[in-house]
Amino acid sequence: MELTKEEIQKVAENARLHLTDEEVEKYTKTTNEMINHVQKLLELNTDDVEPTTHGNTVKDVLRNDIPKRWEDRDQIFKNAPDHEDNQFKVPALID
Amino acid sequence: MKFETVIGLEVHVELKTQSKIFSSSPNAFGDGPNENVNPKDLGYPGTLPVLNEEAVNYGMKAALALNCEISPYTVFDRKHYYYPDNPAAYQISQDEFPIARNGWIEIEIDGEKKKIGIERIHLEEDAGKLIHTDDGSLVDYNRQGTPLIEIVSRPDIRSPEEAYLYLTKLKSIIQYTGVSDVKMEEGSLRCDANISLRPVGQEEFGTKIELKNLNSFNFVREALEYEEKRQAKILSEGGSLEPETRRYDEKAKKTFLMRVKNVEEDYRFLPDPDIVPLTISEEWVERIRQEIPELPDARRKRYVEELGLPEYDAGVLTSTIEMAEFFEETVKHGADPKQASNWIMGEMSAYMNKHQKELPELAITPEGLAKMIGLIKNGTISSKIAKKVFAHLVENGGDPEEYVKREGLVQISDEGELRNIVNQVLDENEKSVQDYKDGKKKALGFLVGQVMKATKGQANPQMVNKLLQEEIEKR
Amino acid sequence: MSLSNYTIKQVEEMLKKGEISAQELVDLSYKQIEKVDGEIGAFLSLNEEKARGQAKQLDEEKAYKGKLSGIPGAMKDNIATKGMATTCASKMLENFDPLYDATVVEKTGEAEAIMIGKVNLDEFAMGSSTETSAYKKTKNPWNTDYVPGGSSGGSAASVAAGEVMFSIGTDTGGSIRQPAAFCGVVGMKPTYGLVSRHGVVAMAPSLDQAGPITRTVEDNARVLEVIAGYDQRDMTSVKKDVPAYSENLTQDIKGMKIAVPKEFLSDGVDAEVKEAVENALQMFELLGASWETVSLPHIKYSDAAYYAIAYSESASSLARYDGVRFGHRASEFSDVIDMYKRSRSEGFGDEVKRRLLIGTAFLSGDMNEQIFRKAQKVRTLIKRDFQAAFEKFDLIIGPTTATPPFKLGEAIEDPLQLQTSDMLAVPANLAGLPALSLPCGFTESGLPIGLQIIGNHFDEQKIYNAAYAYEQATNHHKKRPVIGGAEV
Repeated sequence: MELTKEEIQKVAENARLHLTDEEVEKYTKTTNEMINHVQKLLELNTDDVEPTTHGNTVKDVLRNDIPKRWEDRDQIFKNAPDHEDNQFKVPALID
Repeated sequence: MKFETVIGLEVHVELKTQSKIFSSSPNAFGDGPNENVNPKDLGYPGTLPVLNEEAVNYGMKAALALNCEISPYTVFDRKHYYYPDNPAAYQISQDEFPIARNGWIEIEIDGEKKKIGIERIHLEEDAGKLIHTDDGSLVDYNRQGTPLIEIVSRPDIRSPEEAYLYLTKLKSIIQYTGVSDVKMEEGSLRCDANISLRPVGQEEFGTKIELKNLNSFNFVREALEYEEKRQAKILSEGGSLEPETRRYDEKAKKTFLMRVKNVEEDYRFLPDPDIVPLTISEEWVERIRQEIPELPDARRKRYVEELGLPEYDAGVLTSTIEMAEFFEETVKHGADPKQASNWIMGEMSAYMNKHQKELPELAITPEGLAKMIGLIKNGTISSKIAKKVFAHLVENGGDPEEYVKREGLVQISDEGELRNIVNQVLDENEKSVQDYKDGKKKALGFLVGQVMKATKGQANPQMVNKLLQEEIEKR
Repeated sequence: MSLSNYTIKQVEEMLKKGEISAQELVDLSYKQIEKVDGEIGAFLSLNEEKARGQAKQLDEEKAYKGKLSGIPGAMKDNIATKGMATTCASKMLENFDPLYDATVVEKTGEAEAIMIGKVNLDEFAMGSSTETSAYKKTKNPWNTDYVPGGSSGGSAASVAAGEVMFSIGTDTGGSIRQPAAFCGVVGMKPTYGLVSRHGVVAMAPSLDQAGPITRTVEDNARVLEVIAGYDQRDMTSVKKDVPAYSENLTQDIKGMKIAVPKEFLSDGVDAEVKEAVENALQMFELLGASWETVSLPHIKYSDAAYYAIAYSESASSLARYDGVRFGHRASEFSDVIDMYKRSRSEGFGDEVKRRLLIGTAFLSGDMNEQIFRKAQKVRTLIKRDFQAAFEKFDLIIGPTTATPPFKLGEAIEDPLQLQTSDMLAVPANLAGLPALSLPCGFTESGLPIGLQIIGNHFDEQKIYNAAYAYEQATNHHKKRPVIGGAEV
């Protein structure tokens, strides 16, 4: 199940990370080490085992449909790298 | 070679809850940019989603109206993709355990009824909106977190016309449940289509093409028609298709390639650990089922069978719940069903089209319309005068009887009075009398017109007809 | 006077008697920080003006009615504090103001605790030495050549160095307990869902829990009863009354049944650590408890299950840092995708990148089913092992870590020790169980060793009682580190 350098490049694309050639080398190694390490999970038969997807067994939590405006709305651009006309600004997207 | 068209539709419907599906920001359309956002909607670190009960209720209501089975156990998943309108870089959606499955919509094509299957309906959150300017794109997160249902049809649709009928029916049913405005122009209903062709008789599906940017049901039909022809041409010429996404250009009336889909998009689904699973009891399902009003098909059947309306009338009147309810109320107030239908489908629809108004914006009430129809029936006003009365009611509302009295529009049905007017008209139009006697029956129409003119339209037309013939005979 | 000489309860009495003021307490805290933090490096930012103002107000009101009234505390810097930078020790969130307070911040505030500042951590809580912080290295107060542990290294060091009386940390795979063990203090990872995660920056949401780090067991119980409790802003929060742990504390643990998994004392455990734990077990016997060696057959898969789950969830949770609404944005890029990639590559450090790549790989394609979903099933098996053990035993005890603290720049190299350390730390997170670390001795070179006590869900009281009985019967907690030639 090892990944090639090309495959790591693709993973990096999906993780939105820009990697140098050196980093590709390094992370291909660390990723494959980890993939090999977790292979031991495959020793176990889990055919009839339900997965644990959450930290506990709480269920059925619901909120009433009551709208509430955020009081500190005037601060929403405080952390924004770029904004214009009350909107967050990003480089032009062509769709 | 003959081909069979296979179409599947994915319809997104925004639910009009008060607050968003996973945050308590207002869920409202048309506010200023980023007015309805909070740290959760902006994907701020440490913020958590909390599920809005009403979004679940609304989703269930729509699903039940579309004949779906509600899942007793449902889970929310993270669907990952990066885009500036998607603040957490994952959309909260449902993958393995959607809220509902196995529904259907019945359409009627060429006089035949056909069921189109619905594979699944899942709840999810909407994304923000992007506005593109010359030097960049601007993001407004007001829409981020609006509850959505995605309705995925089975590939049961066999023609663009069927797709159109499916969408029209779907919109009408959802509109009846009241969970959404279902307005394509405001984006509260959105549609993507998948279309493939296969040689008639072949079991497996052909190459699927996804169509986007379909901004009205007509455009969906047009785009599918174009695509059907385009694909058939390529295939008949021995060519092959690649899976791709195409956009429909409304002006060019053509589809254009957006991107080739050599691999299925990998959304890296993950059951959202922040959102606990939801179980839905039988009782809950039943409670929601009770809240669903009588749906268009059932109403249509009832209008034909119990109220004696023609199929066509029943179909038009049930196309929106507002119209159906207005009609039923009018009948409840004593109006003859066919008369009520004629007025609603005729004058009232024409008025709404002309003024671009929705039914609830009109001043006329079902009671007013019923009373007006009653006034025609008992001879108080003529149908011609009724149009004038209607024009008043639709703008101002109120009691038609009062209006008729106030304006002196009551029909003249007094025989003595009318006979005098008739004789006066006959005296003044001797040539027409002679024409009529010579066999030119059309002359009678002219004479009727003259009587009506003399009475400002208030004469009882049947009586005028009768008296004219009697008096001409005497001459 | 030093903050280390008193418990919260003692300070409460002194405040009420007028023997000390909140302002003096805050002053002691900032003086100690001024004195030692240059060397220890626990704090990333200070809240001095506001803290002094709050203390003044408390002194004016003189009521001191809050459970933590006037008590100087610190927050790990991955906990949201309104108007105060919350950096997660990452360049990605330099100067980031979350614009809202985490529930734990609100709760400690309502209990009248004074927030002294924000403390260092491994970047986004990814690490076990606090060395992956983008801002500074935190040193172990017992010996500044050594790491304080991580990821809540700043939290543990700030308490051990006598800078604050409590510190809130977060624990996804040992991140409260391991630094508590390394710094010779008490750290509790509560039952999953006991403490609200609202405002706790996610690493792996199905494993993350915030909890207190303190000098004594009693203080720890007191802080937990303040920060625990149902929060409607966190769907995973549990609706349950919170016991007054500190008032219910008892040293009577006669008849208590303790399980010691043999996997917790395997060859991977350092000899000095093993000896300290064995001595502790003898002490429990003296206190009237009994212990037995058991086997938790699936525990050896816990490290693998943990990596698969934690890295996958982290990759998902950290996907939001894109430089659009907040966070670092690269200054040069060619288009939006490039902006995302450059911003994230510049904003995240090596360890975060390593984990994001692995987590993204685990969620992609076939590995999603083969590794990630498989690990979720193995997680069920691990949970079942604990369920079975807690049918017969009250508590599970073992070492907190496989080794004593290691030196800065010298991460554990021995794969067996590394694996054993993970195997000790992560099972409590996978099973959502409460687990506490408290000092149980020192190495020959004077470095602290931690004892781990794991309880069944919501059995925090039982854990505290056992820990309290042991602590009161031993002297480890009375020992103080020496910083800059002076005892803390």
